Amino acid sequence: MSGPSTSGSALSLLEVRGVAKRYGGLAALDGCSLTLETGRITGLIGPNGAGKTTLLNVMTGLVRPDEGRVLLSGRDVTAAAPHRFAALGVARTFQIVRELGSLTVFENLLLAPRRQSGEGVVASLFGRRKWWAEESANALKAKALLERVGLYKLADQQSGGLSGGQKKLLDLARALLLEPRLILLDEPGAGVSPPLKLEMIRLVRELNAEGVSFGLVEHDMHLVGELCDHVHVMAEGRLLVSGTFGDVVKDRRVVEAYLGVAA
Amino acid sequence: MIAYLITITILVCVAALVGLALNLQWGLAGLVNFGVVGFVAIGAYAAALLAPEIGWLPAMAVSAALSAAFSAGLALLAIRLEENYLAIVTIGFGEVVRLVILNEPWLTNGALGIADIPRPFAALGDAVGGDAVFLVFAVALVALAFVTLEGMARSPFGRALRAIRDDATVTSALGKNVFALRVRAFAVGGAVMGIAGALHAYYLTYIDPGQFTPIVTAYAFMAVIAGGRGSNVGLLVGAGSIMALLEGTRFLKDFITVIDGVQLSALRLGLIGVGIVLLLILRPQGLAPEPRRRTSDVLPDRTTRS
Repeated sequence: MSGPSTSGSALSLLEVRGVAKRYGGLAALDGCSLTLETGRITGLIGPNGAGKTTLLNVMTGLVRPDEGRVLLSGRDVTAAAPHRFAALGVARTFQIVRELGSLTVFENLLLAPRRQSGEGVVASLFGRRKWWAEESANALKAKALLERVGLYKLADQQSGGLSGGQKKLLDLARALLLEPRLILLDEPGAGVSPPLKLEMIRLVRELNAEGVSFGLVEHDMHLVGELCDHVHVMAEGRLLVSGTFGDVVKDRRVVEAYLGVAA
Repeated sequence: MIAYLITITILVCVAALVGLALNLQWGLAGLVNFGVVGFVAIGAYAAALLAPEIGWLPAMAVSAALSAAFSAGLALLAIRLEENYLAIVTIGFGEVVRLVILNEPWLTNGALGIADIPRPFAALGDAVGGDAVFLVFAVALVALAFVTLEGMARSPFGRALRAIRDDATVTSALGKNVFALRVRAFAVGGAVMGIAGALHAYYLTYIDPGQFTPIVTAYAFMAVIAGGRGSNVGLLVGAGSIMALLEGTRFLKDFITVIDGVQLSALRLGLIGVGIVLLLILRPQGLAPEPRRRTSDVLPDRTTRS
């Protein structure tokens, strides 16, 4: 039951195979293999230091693994640059919210859409008509998204002034403007007030129903239980157990990994 | 007195061009460039050497292109470095340029400098008399640079640069090619610095390596800090204020007779320092805020809110 990717690979959206990453003598990832499947909300849990965030960084090109491969819909993207992942349909949020503080909430969203012609030096000056049309279309999408996450009233505020939970929602809304197939959330519940957490759960469920797949690193077991169809438990840089939330929390090895009981 | 004011205004124009360029690189994109003077010097020498051969306008274009090429080259090598290391590399570049100019007399005439650089609109200038024609030329160049760079700052390009300044990792996760955007910002800034150098050479008609010391870089940073990082309007005010402080304090000797000229010239730099410190305490955001895209700009149906 702990074998990686027991289900059919036809459903595999993002897969890591035998990924290893060492920082000095410390192996953050040590031959980790697992799969995020299309259409699912997959949880990644495990005790602190299990390598969850490093794995997320490997899955989005921010960290290049020493060994192993990353496959997106079967295509090898191990060496792709971080900005390529967004183009391939993989978006992510960050554990410690990294809002672009000097940009307004609205600008944070307008930044995200792909293929903006106004980002070229010459086009920014002489292609104004074209990029302004794009900007107007993006603005409507941004407005709809901000209304959806309840941040539209703060649209013209500097994003640095938002609360922790609002920043997480902004982070998610920004990722959505990339129109991704897969969103990787790094601890979406951390530091979020209970009402906003419910908001987050509702939003992720809605988006999943609309066809977006999710990968979710989280310590809040309530959130994981509420959201995840499938859970991978990691420990010491490897996949320990996979299964439904109900199955894995009853697994003896998982309890041991969390409590540190010698096997 | 009028002639003196015209001179000051032209020098402000040169400083404003350099400042506008740095405001794109550092103010907007967060790239520390301590080698500003090197790019200005490349522009000045290219203009000085080429203007007699090919005319002032093509020479100025070459100045911009050459300085942009050096900027892009340096950026390709060094822009992956963290902020502090980029600062060190650019300081090194500025010094290398100055030392090459000083020690390669076959090209630059070394410490003796280059004299008799032709001025644009020289015939017209002589007919009118004084530097008035050149002043109009300089102001027009600043206006052109301002419109260009302000247009960039308000475009998606400028917004992406501001995002990179705030957090490059997040910006790359949002699908922006951070490396390419940084190189572009550095190259465009370099081009404007080259033009500033050419204007400097055309105005003084004589250049030597002593004019291109790191103080030029320092003035550019002062102007950007005073004006507010990212704001081109603020930059123009900042560059004007810095030059006004620098030049205005010359007249202190008329009012303060107890201090002699040498001591006063040392005091002047101190006064500028005090001015900047006061500004940072009283108005840390600078004189003008950087431009933002409001919802009401793109969503016309939205009622403007306070």
